[in-house]
Amino acid sequence: MKPFATLLDRLVLTPSRNGKITLLVDYFRTTPDPDRGYGLAALASALDLKSVKPAMLRELVLERMDAVLFQYSYDYVGDLAETIALVWDGLEKDDTTDAEQPLLSEVVARMNSLGRTEVRSAVRELLDHLDPSGRFAFLKLVTGSLRIGVSARLAKQALSEMSGKDVTEIETLWHGLEPPYVSLFAWLEGQADKPVLATPAIFHSVMLANPVESGDLEKLDPADYAAEWKWDGIRVQMSAHGGTKKLYSRSGDDITGAFPDIVEQINFDGVIDGELLVGGTMRSNNPTRTFSDLQQRLNRKTVNAKMLEDYPAFVRAYDILFDGEADVRAKGFLERRERLSEVIGHAPHDRFDLSDLVPFTTWDELEALRRDPPDPVIEGVMIKRRDSVYQAGRLKGPWFKWKRDPYNVDAVMLYAQRGHGKRSSYYSDFTFGVWTDGPDGDHLVPVGKAYFGFTDAELEVLDKFVRDNTVERFGPVRAVRADKDFGFVLEVAFEGINRSTRHKSGVAMRFPRIARLRMDKLPRDADRLETLTAMIDAKTADAKM
Amino acid sequence: MKPEALLHPTPAGLFCPVGGFHVDPVRPVERALITHGHSDHARAGHTHVLATRQTLDIMKIRYGDDFCTSEQEAAWGEVIDVGGVNVSFHPAGHVLGSAQIALEHKELRIVVSGDYKRGVDPTCAPFVPVNCDVFITEATFGLPVFHHPHPREEIGKLLTSLKQFPDRSHMVGAYALGKAQRVIRLIRDSGYDEPIYIHGALAKLCDYYESQGIALGEIRPATIDKSSPDLFKGAVVVGPPSAFQDRWARRFNEPLIAFASGWMMVRQRAKQSGVELPLVISDHCDWPELLETINEVAPSEVWVTHGREEALVRWCELKGIPARPLHLVGYEDEGD
Repeated sequence: MKPFATLLDRLVLTPSRNGKITLLVDYFRTTPDPDRGYGLAALASALDLKSVKPAMLRELVLERMDAVLFQYSYDYVGDLAETIALVWDGLEKDDTTDAEQPLLSEVVARMNSLGRTEVRSAVRELLDHLDPSGRFAFLKLVTGSLRIGVSARLAKQALSEMSGKDVTEIETLWHGLEPPYVSLFAWLEGQADKPVLATPAIFHSVMLANPVESGDLEKLDPADYAAEWKWDGIRVQMSAHGGTKKLYSRSGDDITGAFPDIVEQINFDGVIDGELLVGGTMRSNNPTRTFSDLQQRLNRKTVNAKMLEDYPAFVRAYDILFDGEADVRAKGFLERRERLSEVIGHAPHDRFDLSDLVPFTTWDELEALRRDPPDPVIEGVMIKRRDSVYQAGRLKGPWFKWKRDPYNVDAVMLYAQRGHGKRSSYYSDFTFGVWTDGPDGDHLVPVGKAYFGFTDAELEVLDKFVRDNTVERFGPVRAVRADKDFGFVLEVAFEGINRSTRHKSGVAMRFPRIARLRMDKLPRDADRLETLTAMIDAKTADAKM
Repeated sequence: MKPEALLHPTPAGLFCPVGGFHVDPVRPVERALITHGHSDHARAGHTHVLATRQTLDIMKIRYGDDFCTSEQEAAWGEVIDVGGVNVSFHPAGHVLGSAQIALEHKELRIVVSGDYKRGVDPTCAPFVPVNCDVFITEATFGLPVFHHPHPREEIGKLLTSLKQFPDRSHMVGAYALGKAQRVIRLIRDSGYDEPIYIHGALAKLCDYYESQGIALGEIRPATIDKSSPDLFKGAVVVGPPSAFQDRWARRFNEPLIAFASGWMMVRQRAKQSGVELPLVISDHCDWPELLETINEVAPSEVWVTHGREEALVRWCELKGIPARPLHLVGYEDEGD
């Protein structure tokens, strides 16, 4: 347990992605099987472990400690698992040696072999044999909340880093393998052949597009390319084989459980790539609904009947990788599309439809369509070479995405907060606001927060402004001077905007970032809240058309 | 005689009306007895100051030669008559020169422990328990959650990280008096003999520790111009924690912030302060040490000065030891 606990302790406090990968690689390299495999499963949320209720943990700790002292401790620490991990020793000085501590694999085996009545004494005993950091890791595992900022994707990246194998290969294998992944590690370390998968309906890594950058298109002949609308949902993969039906996210996370409305309706065998959306399919004549409606269905393990009725999901199909048993990835885009059209044509009309092709002859014509798409849930166009094969990863050339231009507003910097890691000596997280009417005339209301988009040189300028113009401090946050004639104007770009009851301003931006420093402008020239609400209204009006 | 008649809290700090002196006063007074050199206990501007030689030296380094009108040195264990009260100084194990002060008058003995710890520390004399009627204890880490691990393990984490991130400058936050020198000494004891770079604020006190026979190895100033971050690749830099959030920190290569403090026991605290590598190294007692000390000193009454008084008072109540909080103001946790 010690190596895993130490890893968790470091991951919790390491903000940078590369730093996390370094720690993970080190852990996978130095920890023997099967422990590292269980560690990997825990990080990737793939570990099946008997859970323990917080109430039982509380009872266990009160068996050995005064309730008042426990309450003081809990009030101070604020996290039940951490409090128990720290107070468990009571009067004893901790002297558990590393060798005496159970291994992670032993903990998993022990917990999963327990009968209902044995849990209490087993947990007590395990807590006695772990050091504080091991207890913390154990308690986080059995209460099912690691929350350490590591996704399954990042763990797989680390495996790729450690072995030099492509991450898409690892992702393809992933859902066919089970913890503790001994065969996977053996292959990664070059001691065995690639594992052969027995489980059908596995995930296949998806093909991704590059954004169109200036000068990209003029080199290309529009006749070689087809275009589709880019819908604002999430990219998914449906994989069905001999009765096993699965729905995966773009990174290979299994989200089958949250979308029974789609999965139960799959009536084909094969692997199909598409966009997960809510609302009605083209064929049902009901409108596609916005990303914020889709969000109601995301990040849930299960779903209730009301959700299913209020936010019906469907898949708009883009591509086909396997048609039944046949691997069609090596065929051209248009040929795959014909097969896809056939399969979708026979699938239930309210849950599946085919993404339309957008006819065009010149890039200018497509540019005009992109700027003014026929549906508000479209966020741009996809451009795909007519003869492109389906290749996992993000290759430059065959597929492009050409997004709608971002929204822009001029806002005024209100607060700044120090960054993390490399940026810990810089004020690099900025809260900005726009003008609105108030009882005492115009005032600035915060509308969002951004911590990227600027260059290192611009960060120096921003940081200096914050340090020179602080008017108040709240811990790591500083309020800066912002009045009509003095302050810092930021041009903020963002992808979308919605109404929000959680924010004082009543609006919430998607992906705000700092596009430019507007040192040429005074705060009095910044935008007003009405400008932002008008953007929402314009969108809503579009949706009703 | 009631203990309160010999010593009681006032706005200026603990006051002994019989002897006419204060202990660790927070305002300028006529006669002050000082336990140790941390700035919340040792302030400038008193008329007469009685303290250990090392505490007097440290006050001089921090406040200048005129930090008081007249100073008097107390040797370990020597009994000094101050206005009819017998006063003696005993090692507290907190930082160099730190003392507990025992006051004795008409068969009543009160020990003001100041800040103290029980863990091993090669940079100062170890704590000596002194039996007494009233034991006045701090409670900086007076909650059952605080169990400070062995400092060797914590330094081990730093050395592991230096191997994992060989390019990053490891910035170790440590307060200028005591903690910084102890951390440097601990690093040396674990076999690290590269130069250690220090922030300017630590220089005088490190020199003083050296002059008192505490070897710190090769120390270099971390004050070379901005242009050479390469020099600090994989280096250990020790400085006051506040400096790491300042522009000063930018001369280093991808700084990795570590902080040597008892507060680092709690993850959220480390996270809020942007620390990537918490090192739980404390110059105060943890919970088991506080309890062990009270058991050992066996006072008939316990007074708790500053920190988390309520939990320690509760524990004393459960044990049947009369205890009360003193609610002194003006003491912070400079030492940790």
